[in-house]
Amino acid sequence: MSRFIDENLRLAREIIARYPKPRSAMIPLLHLAQEQNGYVPQDAMEEVAELVGVSSAEVLGTLSFYEMFKQIQPGRYQVNICHGISCFLCGAGELLSHAEEKLGIKSGGTTPDGMFSLEAVECIAACTEAPALQVNYRYSHRSTSEGFDELVDALAAGDRTDIPEHGILATVRQRIPSERAAGASSPDVSEVPVWLGEG
Amino acid sequence: MAVDHIITKRFNIVDAHTLDGYLASGGYRGLRRALEMVPSDVHEEVKTASLLGRGGAGFPAGVKWGFCPPGVWPRYLVVNGDESEPGTYKDRLLMERDPHQLIEGCLIASYALGLSQCFLYVRGEMAEAQERVAAALNEAYEAGYIGKNICGTDFSVDIVLHWGAGAYIVGEETALLESLEGRRGMPRLKPPAFPASFGLYGKPTIVNNVETLSNLPWIIEHGGAAFAELGGEQSTGTRMFAVSGHVKRPGVYEVEFGVTTFREIIYADEYAGGIAGGRELKCFIPGGASAPWFYEEHLDLPLDKATVDQAGSMLGSGAIVVMDETTDAVAACHNLVRFFARESCGKCTPCREGTAWMEQILSRVLHRQARPDDLDLLLDICDNISPGFAWPPKMTTICPLGPSAVSPVISALGRFKDEFETYIAQSQARPRIPVASG
Ligand SMILES: Cc1cc2nc3c(=O)[nH]c(=O)nc-3n(C[C@H](O)[C@H](O)[C@H](O)COP(=O)(O)O)c2cc1C
Ligand code: SF4
Repeated sequence: MSRFIDENLRLAREIIARYPKPRSAMIPLLHLAQEQNGYVPQDAMEEVAELVGVSSAEVLGTLSFYEMFKQIQPGRYQVNICHGISCFLCGAGELLSHAEEKLGIKSGGTTPDGMFSLEAVECIAACTEAPALQVNYRYSHRSTSEGFDELVDALAAGDRTDIPEHGILATVRQRIPSERAAGASSPDVSEVPVWLGEG
Repeated sequence: MAVDHIITKRFNIVDAHTLDGYLASGGYRGLRRALEMVPSDVHEEVKTASLLGRGGAGFPAGVKWGFCPPGVWPRYLVVNGDESEPGTYKDRLLMERDPHQLIEGCLIASYALGLSQCFLYVRGEMAEAQERVAAALNEAYEAGYIGKNICGTDFSVDIVLHWGAGAYIVGEETALLESLEGRRGMPRLKPPAFPASFGLYGKPTIVNNVETLSNLPWIIEHGGAAFAELGGEQSTGTRMFAVSGHVKRPGVYEVEFGVTTFREIIYADEYAGGIAGGRELKCFIPGGASAPWFYEEHLDLPLDKATVDQAGSMLGSGAIVVMDETTDAVAACHNLVRFFARESCGKCTPCREGTAWMEQILSRVLHRQARPDDLDLLLDICDNISPGFAWPPKMTTICPLGPSAVSPVISALGRFKDEFETYIAQSQARPRIPVASG
């Protein structure tokens, strides 16, 4: 039961239509599958393959290149602690050790109750706010041990409704109203753009 | 002319990310101005501005735009919002705080060059930036700034928001295109595949950085000449620099490009305010993890592309990482090399194998399990990736990621060799195991 629900299938078709070639929609559709399931299960890969017109092996080939796509269900909250150079200089090592202790798991692990996965990750573009971390790709800047404990406790208590469960990225989606759309530009149609005139 | 803030000028306006907030602060004036001009004149203004690319390579945007072969259609625009070079933090801010400015920049570029579709590639891990950009796009579509017949003219272009999924190498422009085509993000061999002539789906494609494009509304509103008046000779306008690491006030500062010195941006009170805890400077990285390190003697150099290039490093993506005297050079070097080893896409041997070997050797040194000849081996591997350690590197690889891993090693070994030697002297002899096993 991890094929797209109707609403997502409609959305998937809408996304595909935005691109000149369906295959370009592969990563967006994998995000959609991960949003629906929390990870990308095998039958979702097969469905994405059908939708964009490639083999499921090709989908796996692409998916496996990208760190964010999970093939097994991670914790409800994916805690990523940055260990890039700026965070490293500002105490990321200590923060990571503290996180491992607090959650009782090593980097790469998931708590037995399925609530938290922990990982040390490369630079997340918050270098002036070191040490930084993300929970389900939502930032926490200038993190301290105490701040980390509060965050984890609040998540465990269900008090952080601003952080959606793993799989859901942006909660605002692009909508292109059909009457406003200029339309995808096919690489196979060679036309001088009208505003260039004879150009 | 005293203009300090061009692209961050709305960062203090709370609702600048909304269409109302943007319009109330002069938004979309550049686009309206452009639409009154002949497209080729818009391109000319950008050439006059001599706007250098802000993504890393620092290539003049107006010149790159000129590389689209005439008569080949369609042409695409791909916005590089993959920001992942360690130390770099500016594009995310621009997308979160002023997404309409970026959108307006995309529209101006598309109008000027006849680009018929734009793909805005935002790094996968940046959920909030994706939300802000999506909301801005939705508003701009509704208000007639994007899509069919923009502002009632015959100019039409769609901007499609696309999210990445976690891979540093996708920031390299040809890997970005592969990714956008639904493939593994592996760079293409160039030449012949320079995106301006052979890009997305084999068609002419302009790839520009978020910050580069965010400058366009100001340039068109005020003119390329006004932009060129700011900053230095070649490094014109202003530029965002993230100053991170051991400073009192880490932050992202927009300063006149080519004028402000490293000493000012690191030490002045209005910028990073000096080394934290009153300690001494050990070294700093002037332009992101890929850049060779600078030291005390480089502090008075201006943040100017040509000057920094000549001094043997680069301004790269505007990322200044400061390390104080307590920093362990071996550990810092290992940290940077580990990044490149993990992010190597694996397409070419010197990088795939070499960076992994380098990481293992440095890890051995750091754990005091080094072998006496480890530093020679390390240098030998570096020489295979980047022959002669020249700057800019001579490449044996398809893209610059491989040689980037060599920068921290040559820097750290060149200046702080004694620290490596101390680790090695303290190392226990271990039975020999081939480095590439496991
Ligand atoms: C390994 C690697 C990673 C890169 N990452 C980025 C990036 O995250 N963002 C970016 O704009 N440019 C990045 N670049 C530079 C791009 O290849 C390209 O030069 C740039 O996007 C062009 O835009 P600009 O001319 O406006 O700077 C990277 C280059 C390399 C070799
Ligand atoms: S240098 Fe490294 S990252 Fe670049 S193409 Fe080769 S293997 Fe991939």
